[in-house]
Amino acid sequence: MHELQYSSPTSVDEAIEILAETNQDPRVLAGGTDLLIQLRAGARHSRHLVDVKRIPEMNVLHADARTGLRLGGAVSCALLCEHPAAGDLYPGLVEAAALIGSTQIQSRATVAGNLCNGSPAADTTPALLALNASCTIAGQSGRREVPASEVVTAPGRTVLAPGELVVEIRVPPPTRGSADAYHRLIPRTEMDIAVVGVGASLTLDEGGTCTGARIALGAVGPRAFLATEAAASLVGGPIDDATIARAGELASHAAQPISDKRGSAEYRSEVAGVLTRRVVAQSADRARKTL
Amino acid sequence: MRSQKLHLRTRLNGEDTEFLCEARQTLLEVLREDLGQTGTKEGCSTGDCGSCSVILDGRVVCSCLVMAAEIDGRNVETVEGLADGDHLHPLQRKFLEHAALQCGICTPGFLVAARALIDRNPDPTEEEVRYHLAGNLCRCTGYDKIVRAVLDAAAEMRSN
Repeated sequence: MHELQYSSPTSVDEAIEILAETNQDPRVLAGGTDLLIQLRAGARHSRHLVDVKRIPEMNVLHADARTGLRLGGAVSCALLCEHPAAGDLYPGLVEAAALIGSTQIQSRATVAGNLCNGSPAADTTPALLALNASCTIAGQSGRREVPASEVVTAPGRTVLAPGELVVEIRVPPPTRGSADAYHRLIPRTEMDIAVVGVGASLTLDEGGTCTGARIALGAVGPRAFLATEAAASLVGGPIDDATIARAGELASHAAQPISDKRGSAEYRSEVAGVLTRRVVAQSADRARKTL
Repeated sequence: MRSQKLHLRTRLNGEDTEFLCEARQTLLEVLREDLGQTGTKEGCSTGDCGSCSVILDGRVVCSCLVMAAEIDGRNVETVEGLADGDHLHPLQRKFLEHAALQCGICTPGFLVAARALIDRNPDPTEEEVRYHLAGNLCRCTGYDKIVRAVLDAAAEMRSN
């Protein structure tokens, strides 16, 4: 990082103006826990860091049962985890945020950055997909809403055009009888990258019938994705051992992992099924408690 | 294009500090190379080892992953701010009593991270200490002595 400019705009419009100077390959600096390492390693390039942490709109953090979650693009995982209501409304998302890196990393890392970094193993991304989250993306041509499931297009790549940034992530309010969960497998208890991560969100009616389900798989494909068949298999019936086992099988089948140092493809497919069973069971338990 | 020069004001260990830096510098580089605060150590420079831990606006961060330019107007606390003159902080004393260090390179990071924990949670469990310090690596001690020193320091600070 020899040639570098630094800007700290105080509004989204100002940030967009700076980001439009594309000859400097400007980059949004939120938590910086991925970006600064990548710049140093030469994996990404930039001559202008645009620090978005002084933009009030991007520091919005609001969660309530009526309006859902508004999570600004610059809000750290630590702040999300400490929010008095977020953990009750979206335990899976908050648990995913709490699993990222160390205390030091969580002080800085953001959920929006976790998404936009585009790692297939990002912990909060399957949790966002399971919750049907969407992103407000701003650029010179205005603002657009993009489902979180469509933000990442390939490893390290997103739908963001040059000069665009994620201003805010929105999660719909949890309906009565709905809850989420996220589990990941790593070979130790802390400080590692997911071998597999699975998020789920379920909705149950008074009689215990599943009326809605979303299951998202991470680290078993080039990007996190929704296991739609596994989720659909749960809808219309009770959540019991048989339906949970069936969803696990379908998720295992949907996984398209590679083999690498963290695990073989066969192992990852197996684990995707195991974690799916666990998140479905946990989401169902949590959902019953809201009825 | 040369790297942009910046004039920053920050509060460092309780004192208002003004300095010049370049936009390409990290907080770690500025602390060590320009401000003479060499207690903060460089380990991995990828946010994995925690030896460069400092407290930024009340939260422990890796100073290798903070650009110096970001700290304008912010409050930074380093290991140099722990002791009161010659009077060691209880954490420092307990690290010595428990022999919680050998080579010492990780020690400033552990002290700063432990301080951040005790500030927020004066009565942490052993499990909480271990999770909180998971981002600080020590290749000498095997961690047990560090954990005991932190728990003992927290107990002493509660009783005072």
